[in-house]
Amino acid sequence: MRSIPVSPPASRSVVHEVALAEGLLSVVEAAAARHSATRVHTVWLEIGSLAHVEPEALRFCFAAVTRGSVAEGAALEIARPPGLAWCMPCGERVALAGLGDACPVCGSYQLQVLEGEEMRVKEIGIG
Amino acid sequence: MCTTCGCGHGDTRIDGAALGHEHDHGKPDLRTDTTTAAGAAVYRHLSVGATQPHRHADGTWHSHAHEHAGAPARVASGPLGAAHAPGMSASRIVQVEQDILAQNNAYAAANRQAFADCGIFALNLVSSPGSGKTTLLVRTIDALRDRMSACVIEGDQQTSLDAERIRATGARAVQVNTGKGCHLDAHMVGHAFASLDPHDCDLLLIENVGNLVCPAAFDLGEAHKVVILSVTEGDDKPLKYPDMFHAADLMVINKVDLLPHVEFDVDRAIANARRVRPDLPALHVSATTGEGIADWTAWIEAGCAAARAAHDADVARLRRRVSELEAKLATDSPRA
Repeated sequence: MRSIPVSPPASRSVVHEVALAEGLLSVVEAAAARHSATRVHTVWLEIGSLAHVEPEALRFCFAAVTRGSVAEGAALEIARPPGLAWCMPCGERVALAGLGDACPVCGSYQLQVLEGEEMRVKEIGIG
Repeated sequence: MCTTCGCGHGDTRIDGAALGHEHDHGKPDLRTDTTTAAGAAVYRHLSVGATQPHRHADGTWHSHAHEHAGAPARVASGPLGAAHAPGMSASRIVQVEQDILAQNNAYAAANRQAFADCGIFALNLVSSPGSGKTTLLVRTIDALRDRMSACVIEGDQQTSLDAERIRATGARAVQVNTGKGCHLDAHMVGHAFASLDPHDCDLLLIENVGNLVCPAAFDLGEAHKVVILSVTEGDDKPLKYPDMFHAADLMVINKVDLLPHVEFDVDRAIANARRVRPDLPALHVSATTGEGIADWTAWIEAGCAAARAAHDADVARLRRRVSELEAKLATDSPRA
């Protein structure tokens, strides 16, 4: 196991971000290997606004877990697509800023999340 | 981190033994781009400011902002910048389009298939530490003892105390110690399940690490996540930790025998949970007194019956197929 610095960002639940960062690294390493890349300089991610991850904690953990790997020092470019839900009373798609928020139109909590939970690697920059 | 398959938690232990990698465990295939056809990588020249004139290593200057494969030109913000020096390959961007949890999800899918192959109903029990998960499991196994066989995967950072409590009921149990890990992942559960020899079991209860945050993100292959909320914790927990309640398919409110002594509003807890997971069913139980346990075991038995029926239908379908193939072999075989 690669060593991980012991001082994570204060007051964040940083631990599962380590596992997510390791998952991220394995996706990046597999993609780099497919293209015979010896170096990954940028990783473009989509982390939905409702996703179960703290982007800054992920950034911190990614820097830690990538040491000695093909992605050491790689920049993380994180896009944050907004949350989108289906409001059952309205019968329409509505914006959702966070889980537990009401429909901005009718105030109902009968919301089915449609988008904003994704955690995807979109592209990597190699070379 | 394991350098063979990339899984995390190098200090994970199953019943005290390290999770080694001298075995073949069917590594999920992450080699295939999901949305990019083979060989269709998007190649783009990158430069620091694509339209800025720049000097190449051969001393010539020019400016360019061109691209390949029809993708919009974009300037990489990575540290490489222009990579036009002789002997260096041009920097390029390749599409990946993969979930960060792709590897965990592949293991979870394999677990789900393994559970289906055994006709097992699998539940992932999640809660804060101290909500009474293990006591509820012991009570559940006792209540179902005459009707079905249960096995348990216990997740804790340290000790095998919980697995020992479960084994005292006579049920098979395996302890996963996650070390510094704050949740079970699908890879650990796959190994633990294999070690249980579960083929005659109807029910698999996976007790996750006590933590209302991290286990929400990890599919283990279970049929349902069940969140346990005890009345000593506060009815605002679903709003403070929405991801977990959002991910759950059932909420079990435990320790209801203590309701007279605490300021916990059951209706408000349910309303809060339904703000993040509309229509979340809720059961009221006391693992200590047995109140409400019959409703909980009835819910489990319905799930087990459905899992068994699906398994039986699958076996019947395979038997029919075997008969068809045998009949075909009998008619098509060359005669001696």
